[in-house]
Amino acid sequence: MSLDVRAETQMTWVGAKKLVDPQVSIRYGAFFVAENRLRNMAKWWLSIIAFGLGNPSLYLLSIGIGVGSLVDSSLGANAIDHVSYLTFLAPALLASAGIQGALDEVTWPTMEGFVWDRTFFSMNSTAITGKQIVSGILMAAMTRCLLQVFLYELCLLAFGAISWQSIPILLLVSATAGFGFSAVMLAFSASIKDDDGVFALVGRFIITPMFMFSGTFYPIDSMPIYLRWIGWISPQWHATNLGRALSYGSPVEPWLQAIHWGLMLVLAVIGITWANRMFESRLAK
Amino acid sequence: MPKEVRKEASAEAMITATGLTKKYGDFVAVDGVNFTVTRGESFGLLGPNGAGKSTTMKMIAATSQRTGGNLVILGKDPNRQGPEIRAHLGVVPQQDNLDRELKVWENLMVYGRYFGLSRKFLKGKIEELLEFAQLGEKRNSKTEELSGGMKRRLTIARGLVNEPEILLLDEPTTGLDPQARHILWDRLFRLKEQGVTLVITTHYMDEAEQLCDRLMVMDKGKIMAEGSPAELIKKYSSREVLEVRFGSENNASVAGRLKGIGERLEVLPDRILIYEESGEKCLEQIIKLGLEPVTSLVRRSSLEDVFLRLTGRTLVE
Amino acid sequence: MSLINAAVDSAIAIAEKRKGKLGAGVYSGRPNVVLERGFYALKSSTWMVVASGFVEPVFYLLAFGYGIGQFISGTTDGNGSPITYAQFIAPALLATSAMNGAIYDSTWNVFFKMHFGKVYNGMLSTSMGTLDVALGEISWALLRGLAYAIGFMAVVTGMGLIPSIWGLLAIPAAVLVAFGFASVGMGVTSYLKNHQQMQWIQFVMLPMFLFSGTFYPLSIYPEFIQWFIQAMPLWQGISLIRGLTLGILDWAMLGHALYFVAMIIGGLFFTTRRLTALFLR
Repeated sequence: MSLDVRAETQMTWVGAKKLVDPQVSIRYGAFFVAENRLRNMAKWWLSIIAFGLGNPSLYLLSIGIGVGSLVDSSLGANAIDHVSYLTFLAPALLASAGIQGALDEVTWPTMEGFVWDRTFFSMNSTAITGKQIVSGILMAAMTRCLLQVFLYELCLLAFGAISWQSIPILLLVSATAGFGFSAVMLAFSASIKDDDGVFALVGRFIITPMFMFSGTFYPIDSMPIYLRWIGWISPQWHATNLGRALSYGSPVEPWLQAIHWGLMLVLAVIGITWANRMFESRLAK
Repeated sequence: MPKEVRKEASAEAMITATGLTKKYGDFVAVDGVNFTVTRGESFGLLGPNGAGKSTTMKMIAATSQRTGGNLVILGKDPNRQGPEIRAHLGVVPQQDNLDRELKVWENLMVYGRYFGLSRKFLKGKIEELLEFAQLGEKRNSKTEELSGGMKRRLTIARGLVNEPEILLLDEPTTGLDPQARHILWDRLFRLKEQGVTLVITTHYMDEAEQLCDRLMVMDKGKIMAEGSPAELIKKYSSREVLEVRFGSENNASVAGRLKGIGERLEVLPDRILIYEESGEKCLEQIIKLGLEPVTSLVRRSSLEDVFLRLTGRTLVE
Repeated sequence: MSLINAAVDSAIAIAEKRKGKLGAGVYSGRPNVVLERGFYALKSSTWMVVASGFVEPVFYLLAFGYGIGQFISGTTDGNGSPITYAQFIAPALLATSAMNGAIYDSTWNVFFKMHFGKVYNGMLSTSMGTLDVALGEISWALLRGLAYAIGFMAVVTGMGLIPSIWGLLAIPAAVLVAFGFASVGMGVTSYLKNHQQMQWIQFVMLPMFLFSGTFYPLSIYPEFIQWFIQAMPLWQGISLIRGLTLGILDWAMLGHALYFVAMIIGGLFFTTRRLTALFLR
C-alpha cells in the first residue's frame, strides 16, 4: 500500500452526535462484547469441534470401555450404582466438559484483555462498561460450554452411555456447573497481574483434583472420609450427582438435589458480583 | 566536528559490502549495495520503512544470510563464521529483547555468559555497565518494571558486555521521550569517542546529524546517496527553505505564479516549499507579486529535506 | 571505564578455538550457559509451579490406583504373578509424567521464549550457535524431568509400589524418555504460530496417554491396533519403565531404549536445522 501526502482524500462526516446513539451501547453493550468473543472463537471452530468430539471419545474408549471392562470382569456387570460403568461415568464426564468448556473461555481471554493485548481497555474506551464485558464474556463462554457439552452428549449417545431423553436435563446440569465455576474463575483471572504460572497452579491443585476426587470415576462414598470434602465443595460433584439422579435415577434425596442446584447457583452469583467489582476497579485504574 | 573524527580514524575496514543482496523469495529486500565502514567511524543508515535498513543490519549482525554479493565483517564471512563474528559484535535490536524472566543485572550476566566470558570478569563489568546506563538502583528489578528509556539503556549496556569492536544500533531512540533520547545520545557519543565503531539506523534526522560521521540513504533496497550530513545537505538541498501557506484551496493555483522563484519549488496540499540560499529574499519576491501568504517561515535546510527529496513524500506501507 | 580492553580476549579465544571445526557455524560449545540462564530465571519465578510438577501423576495414582483399584482385582505382571492395580499403573504414570514434563518445557516454554520473550533472538545475536541453544534448552527440560522423576519415585516407593530393586533404574529411564520427547517437541514447536495450534500437541499426547497400556494391558485391543500403539513412543517408554519397576527384564527393553536414542538424535538434528532456518536466515 502506498500513501502520498499529495493524494486527494475525501471523508464523509456525519458527526458522533448524530451517528451514535448512546442508548444502544447501554442496552446491548454486553452482546457486542459477546459477539467479539464469538467471532474470535469462530476462527478456531475446527479445533473447538475436534476437541469437543475428540477428547470425550478418547476418554470414553479408554476409561469408560477399557477400565470399565476391568471393573466388570472383577465385580461382574452393573456393580457400581446398579448400572454399567459407562452409564455411571457419563454424567461426570459431561459435568467436566461443561466446566472445562466454559473455563477456557474465561481465563485466557481475560489475561489477553487485561495483560497481553489490553483489549478490555480499548473496549472500555468506547461506551462499553466493565459489567458489560463481564456479561459478554460469560455469554460467549456459555455458548462454547453448551456446544461442547452437546457434542459430548452426541458421543455418549453413540456409545450408548446415555439415553436421548436425558439430553436436555444433562445439558442444563452440566452448563450450570460450568456457569458457576467459570463465573468465579472469571473474577479470579481478572485479579491476576501477571500469569507467572498461576494458571498452572490452579490447574494442578484445583481443576485436576476436582476432576479426580469428585466421585467422577467411583462413588464418593468409597473415598476415605477425609478426602470427601473435596467433592462436597466442588461443582463437579454437585453436577455429577445431580446428573446421575436425573438421567438414570440414581437414588439422591430431593433435599440433596436442591442443595446441588443451590450451590452451583450461589457460586454463579458470587462469581458475577466479584467479577463485576474486579473489572470495574481494574479498568478504572 | 564529524569530519575531524573521520580524518583521525585509520582506514582499516571493519565492514565491507560489495553487491550485497538479500532476497526473500521473489522480493528483493537489499539490492546489490556497496559500502565500507572503517574503524572508529559512526555510520548511519537512513531510509523509509521497508528500505532494507533492518535487513542490512541483520546481515551485518551475522544473523541473516545474504543471498548474493559479498560481505566481509572483521575479515570474516558471516555466512560461514557466524558465531566467530558475533563474538565481537554488540547488537541493539529495534525492539528490546531483554530477557523478561531475569532481573536487570542477571540480564547482563547471562548475556555475557553467552559470549563465554568468565563470571569474575562479568561481576566487575556489570558494575561498570550499570553505572554507564545509570541503572545502578534498578539492578534487582525485573525488566518489565523499567521505563522505555531504561530498557533501551539496558539493551545498549547489554550490547557492550563483550566490549565489541562494532556496535549495531537499530533505531536506538524510537519511542523515547526527549530527555531519554538526550541521555542516550550522550552515552553513544562517549562510546564513539572511545573508538567503538557504530552502525546506526534511525528515522530521526536530528539524531543522524548528532551521531553520524557518514550517512547512507537507502530506498527500495538501493543506496540513494552517501556522505557526511553536511555534504548531503549541500548536495541535495539549499541552505534555507521558505515555507508559505495560502490555505489548502489556494496553494495549487498560487503555485503557478511562483515559477522562477528559488532554486526549487515543491507544492504540497497544505503548503508550498521554496528551496533557496536566502529564504527572506524569496519572501520579498512573493510579496512583490502581490501575494499574501497566510503564514510564512524561513528555516535552515535540514537532513529531513534531503531525505524527503531522495526518498519522496510517498509513504510506503 | 575502558571498553577496549584485553579482558574480552576470552570471548575471542573461545570462538577462535572452534574455528574450522565441524559444526562451527551452529555450535560454540556452550549449551551449559542456557542452563545457567534457566537457574537465574528459576530464582525469580514462582517456585511452587516448578516444585509441584510431580503432583499431577500422584493425583492420578490416588484416583485410579487406589480409587478405581478397589473395584479391580486380578491384575498380573508379565510373568503371571499377581500385582496390585496401583503397582501396574505407577510406572506408566512415571513415563507419562516424563513425557508431559519434557513436552511442557520444550513446547509451551519454548513457544513463549520464541514468540513473546524473544530470548533466542538475544542468544543468537551473541556467539552462541543454534545447536548450543537446542542442546541447552533440551537439557533444561531434562533436569526438570529428572527432578520430577525423583519426586514421583520417592512417593511411589514410599507407598510400596516398586517391588523390584531394578526400579532404581526407572529414574534414568524416565530421563531418557524425557530426552526423546523434548528433542522432537522443540522442533515441532518451531512450526507453531499460536496458542490454538499449540493445543494440537495436547491432542496427540492425550490418546497416547490413554491408550498406551497405561491403565490396562494392550491385550484387550485387536492385533492391528496393538501394532500401531507399540509404534508410539509412549508405549515404548511405559514398557521400558514398567519392566524395571516390576523387575521383569527382557531384551526387548534394549530395543525400547534404542528407540529413544534414535528419537533424540533425529530430534536434535531437526531442531537445530529449524532454529537455524528461523533465526539465522
